[in-house]
Amino acid sequence: MVLKIFYPQCCNLANSGLLIGSWIQGHNSAVVLAVVHYPFIPGQVKRYIQQIQAQSGVKLSVLGSWSLPSEAEKGVENFLRDLRTIFPQDRWLQISRKMGQTGFNCSILDRSQPGKEAAQQKATEDEDDEDNEDDEDEDDEDEDDEDEDEEEETEEKKEETEKEETEKEEEKKEKEETEKEKILFVHYDQRNVMLSQLHPIQTEELDPSDSELRQVFQIVSLSQPLFLLDRYDDGPLKSTHWQSGGQEASIIVELLKMASVPLCLTISWFFSVWSRICSFCSNSRLLHLLPLNFLCSKLSTCVQLSYRSDHLRALSSPKTAVGHSEFMRKANVLVSILVDMALGFLLMYWLYSDNHISMLANALVPAADHVAKELEELLQWLMGAPAGLKMNRALDEVLGRFFLYHIHLWISYIHLMSPFVETILWYGGLSAGLGLSFALALLSDMVALLTFHIYCFYVYGARLYCLKIYGLSSLWRLFRGKKWNVLRQRVDSCSYDLDQLFIGTLLFTILLFLFPTTALYYLVFTLLRLLVVVLQGILHLTVDLINSLPLFAVALRLTRFYRLAEGVKFSVLCDEPDTPLHLLMEINPLSCASVIKTYRTPTYSCYPKDSWTNLVKKLFVGELIYPWKHKTIKTD
Amino acid sequence: MCKSVLQCQHQILCTMEGESFTDINGTPIFLDCQSHSTFCREFTVTSPKVPVTKVIVFTCSIWLLAYAVFLFTEDTVVLTSAILITLVSMMLYVHLVKVEQETLFIIGSLGVQMSSSYASGRETTTFIELNKIKDIVINEAIYMHQIIYYLCVLLKDPSDPDAVSSVVPLFQLFCPPTLERTASTSPYHNIPAYFQVSGLNQRSPLQLTDKSLQPEL
Repeated sequence: MVLKIFYPQCCNLANSGLLIGSWIQGHNSAVVLAVVHYPFIPGQVKRYIQQIQAQSGVKLSVLGSWSLPSEAEKGVENFLRDLRTIFPQDRWLQISRKMGQTGFNCSILDRSQPGKEAAQQKATEDEDDEDNEDDEDEDDEDEDDEDEDEEEETEEKKEETEKEETEKEEEKKEKEETEKEKILFVHYDQRNVMLSQLHPIQTEELDPSDSELRQVFQIVSLSQPLFLLDRYDDGPLKSTHWQSGGQEASIIVELLKMASVPLCLTISWFFSVWSRICSFCSNSRLLHLLPLNFLCSKLSTCVQLSYRSDHLRALSSPKTAVGHSEFMRKANVLVSILVDMALGFLLMYWLYSDNHISMLANALVPAADHVAKELEELLQWLMGAPAGLKMNRALDEVLGRFFLYHIHLWISYIHLMSPFVETILWYGGLSAGLGLSFALALLSDMVALLTFHIYCFYVYGARLYCLKIYGLSSLWRLFRGKKWNVLRQRVDSCSYDLDQLFIGTLLFTILLFLFPTTALYYLVFTLLRLLVVVLQGILHLTVDLINSLPLFAVALRLTRFYRLAEGVKFSVLCDEPDTPLHLLMEINPLSCASVIKTYRTPTYSCYPKDSWTNLVKKLFVGELIYPWKHKTIKTD
Repeated sequence: MCKSVLQCQHQILCTMEGESFTDINGTPIFLDCQSHSTFCREFTVTSPKVPVTKVIVFTCSIWLLAYAVFLFTEDTVVLTSAILITLVSMMLYVHLVKVEQETLFIIGSLGVQMSSSYASGRETTTFIELNKIKDIVINEAIYMHQIIYYLCVLLKDPSDPDAVSSVVPLFQLFCPPTLERTASTSPYHNIPAYFQVSGLNQRSPLQLTDKSLQPEL
C-alpha cells in the first residue's frame, strides 16, 4: 500500500517543527496543514489543536515531525523524534529534508514497532551525522551554492516543465530496508485548494468511501481558523502556512461588506412596504372589477417586474449566503441586475439625447399606416385571383370586406392615438432605467398591442378553417357510412337514412368547394401571425439571456480560475531512484460551457411548448397555436 | 509471483520500445514508457509533425484556385477571403485537431491521468480517480475494413457498484490496427497488466479478453 502525504508548497522551506494535519478517513493518506515551530510547549500545542478542532470541525492531530536543520540546530531530529512519546498517535511521520538536497526523507513509526524503527533510525542517524559533519564544512559554500543552484534549477525547470516552483537537489533515500510502505508526496498550493470548489458540487457530508480528493479539498477549506495565526502574533505558538506572512484582505471588499448591511436593510424595508401595498390592492373590491391578474400574467413587463422583485427580495435578506451554490447564485443575480441597469442607462442616454424619441414617434405612425396599406393590398389581391387560383366569388367578397373593415377601424384607432405616441414613448423610455430587460419586455408588449389586429385576423381565419375541417371530416365519414362514437372514442359504422345521406352529401360538396378560399385566407393570416410570434420570441429570448447568464461565474472563471475546479492534474516534481516520489497537484479549471450550464439562474424562460411535428399538425387542423409558453420559476 | 510478472513486464516493455507502430491512418507513431517509481508510470505517444510539403500543397492549391476565380470576377474580395480562410483554417487545425502527444500517467492508489497536447501548445488533461475506475481493458472495434484495438477505462456507476456507467477511451490518437485477431500482440497488452500488478485494482481479475462493449465517445 502506498501512503500519500499531501504537503503544502508553502511549508517546503519551513523551519523544523511539528506537523499539524489530518488523516483522511478510509484512505491511507494524510493532509499536512501547518508546521508548528520549536520552541513550543506541548500542552499549549494540544490546547491549540483542540480549539481549532472545535472551531472548524476538522479532525486535527499532530501527524509527525518536520526537520529542516539549519546550522544552528543540530540534534533537533532526536528531540523531535522523542516528541512522539508526548503526542501519542498510531502513526508518526518523520519527514526531514536537508538544505541543498531535493526530496524529503520520510519514515513512518508505528506505535507497535518502536524498537525496530529506533534501530533503523540509529543507523540512518549515523549516516546523517557523517553527512552533517561534511555539511558543516561546506555550509557557507552551500548557502552561496544554494542560490546559484536555485537559479539554475528554476531555469531548468522552466525548460522541463511549466509549473514547478520548489527547489530540486539530490538526496539519498534510506528506505531500502524492510517491508516498508511506499510513500508518495503530493505537493499542493494551499491557498488555491482552500478557495477552490470541486464540481459537481455535493452538498451532503462526505463518507469515508468517497473520493479522496474531495476530502482533501474539504479538509483544507474547513481549516480556515488554522490559517489565522500569523508570525506577527504574540501568542505562544509560531506556525507556518500560506498566510503566516500576514493575513490577506482587501480594503474595498471589507468596506463593501460594511456598507451592504444598511443598504440591505433599506431595500428589505422598501419591499415590505411594496408588498403591503400590493396585498391591499388585490384585496380591495374596486380592483376586482378589472381583470388585473389576468392582464398581469399576460404582460411580459409585469412578469419581469415580479421576477426581479423576487430576486431583490432574496438578495436583501440579512442572512449571509451559506455554501458555495447560494453564494454564487446571489453574486450572479447581483451582477446581472447591475449589468442590466447599466445597459438600461446606456439605452436611456441614447434615447433621450438628440431627439431620438421624437424621431421614433414620427416614424411610428407612418409605419403603422404602411403596414395597414400593405394588408389592404394583400386582401384586394386575395379577393381577385390570387396566384392564378379561382376563388369562390361570394365567400371571397364576404371575407375580404369583413377584414377590410377591421383594418379601417384599426387605422382610425392609430390616428386617434397619434398625438399621444410621443408622450407614451417618452414615459416608456423611462422604464429602461430599471434595466434593459424591462425595456425589451415593454417593447415586446407594445409589439403585441400594435399587431393585435393581425392576431384577431388569425383567430377568425383559424376558427373558420377549423370549423370547415371538422365539418369536412365528419361528413366524409358520413359519406362512407361511418360515425364517430363519442362514448367509445372511435369510428363505428352506422346506417343512415336516405335524407340524412342526401343532405350530408350536399353539405360535404359545398364545404369541399369552399375549402380553397378559406384555406388561403387561413394560410395568409397564419404566416403573418407566425412572423409576429417569431419577433416576440426573439425579444423574450434576449430578456431570458440577460436574466439567466451567470456573469459573475464567467468572470470568476476568467480571472480566478482556480476557484471553480473540475478536477486536478498531476505532474512529476522529483523522481530520483532512492527518494519518495514527489508529485505536484494543480487545479484543472472548469470549462466555460460547464460554468454556464452549472450556474445558470433559473428563469421563467420561454420555450416552445410543442415539437415541430406537433406544431405542423396543429397548423394543419386549424387549432389556435400559442407556441411560447412561460415556465413558472422553479423554487429550490 | 509478483516479482516474476514484474520482470516479465519489464522485458515486454524493453522489446516494445524497439518496435514501430502506426495509427489507424497509417502514419508512424512513437511510444515511450517512463517509470517514475514502482507504482507510477507514464506512457507517451507522440505523432510526427505535419510535413512542410503538405502545408505548401494546401496553401498553394487554395490560393491558385482563388486567383483563377479572381481572373474571372476581377474582385479582390476573393483573394482576401482566400488568404483569411487559409490562415483561419490552419490556426484552427493546429489548435483543435492536430494532437502532437498523448500521455497516460498511472499513479498507484491515486488514479489515472490522461493528457493530450496539441500542436499549438494547448494541453487538455483529465484525471480519473481510483475509486471511480472499475477496470482498464483493451476493447476492439471495427473501423472500416480492419479491426483496431484501443485502450479504455471502465467507470463505475455511482448507484450500482457492479455496473459499468461509461467507457472512456484513452489515447484518441493511437488506435493501432492488427492483422492477427488477438489482443495480446497489440502494444497495449502490458498496460492493463501493469494496472493489475501495481495494486491499483485489487477487485476484478485481469481483463485481457476481447470485450465488445459500446463505448460512449
